[in-house]
Amino acid sequence: MQLAGYGHTSAAGLNAVFAALADPTRRAILARLAQGDASVRELAEPFAMTQPAVSKHLKVLERAGLVRSGQDAQRRPRRLEAAALREASLWLQHYRKFWEGSFRRLDGLLDELKSSEKKRARRRGRKR
Amino acid sequence: MTTMSDTFKVSTPSDREIALTRAFDAPRRVVFDAFTKPELIKRWLLGPDGWTMPVCEVDLRAGGRYRYVWHKASTGHEMGVSGTFREVAPPERIVHTEKFDEAWYEGEAVITTTFEEKAGKTTVIMTMLHQSREIRDAILKTGMERGVARSYDRLEEILATA
Repeated sequence: MQLAGYGHTSAAGLNAVFAALADPTRRAILARLAQGDASVRELAEPFAMTQPAVSKHLKVLERAGLVRSGQDAQRRPRRLEAAALREASLWLQHYRKFWEGSFRRLDGLLDELKSSEKKRARRRGRKR
Repeated sequence: MTTMSDTFKVSTPSDREIALTRAFDAPRRVVFDAFTKPELIKRWLLGPDGWTMPVCEVDLRAGGRYRYVWHKASTGHEMGVSGTFREVAPPERIVHTEKFDEAWYEGEAVITTTFEEKAGKTTVIMTMLHQSREIRDAILKTGMERGVARSYDRLEEILATA
């Protein structure tokens, strides 16, 4: 198990994944694709969005490696790439755990630093 | 009662950034020291239990470099990172680059850390900015152990705490 997690994972790739996921419409598209492949037309229907608008979102998702095109040249159905999503999820968990644990330790260190400062201030007070 | 660890958040403020927010019950000056003095850094920046930091060098000035090496006693595993400080404005802001020794990605991450104090408590925000948008196919493993939905839900959950 790696320490920070992200040292062993392409930070650049993960960035593209997070960029893709930052948009609620794209997350909804992913949720729809999680149920099965869909063409651009099928994806546009529930959003009352034009197909070019959906295509723009799909391009971002494809660049992030979260979605790819199926074989059918006519329909070009899109498919969810679960591996990329899982990789991002795992990375984020490692990253989060690393910092959560480190910050908890920091809480303890800060308490220690504050109380030794107080002790020094009291000693200085008494000397006067 | 809210504990300080409840204030921890991971979010994506923009297309290219991942941000981490946490509040600490201490004045900014003390928190800034804990983030920048090697003798203090090596006491907390350790991730999970079992790791130490045998190398912790910090030349805290614009253009100065830093180097951290972590070591896990039980396995002998080591991990290192280095970078350069671009901006140092004590006690409010640090901008530095970061590159892990075994990084598979091109370029460096740029991290901005800000420290804001209110009523004796300090909020730290660390924002990671990545420069390249390329996906490395090598890191995407094929085959899934768990269903898609679970990964998706977890990710959604984590991002929604922003």
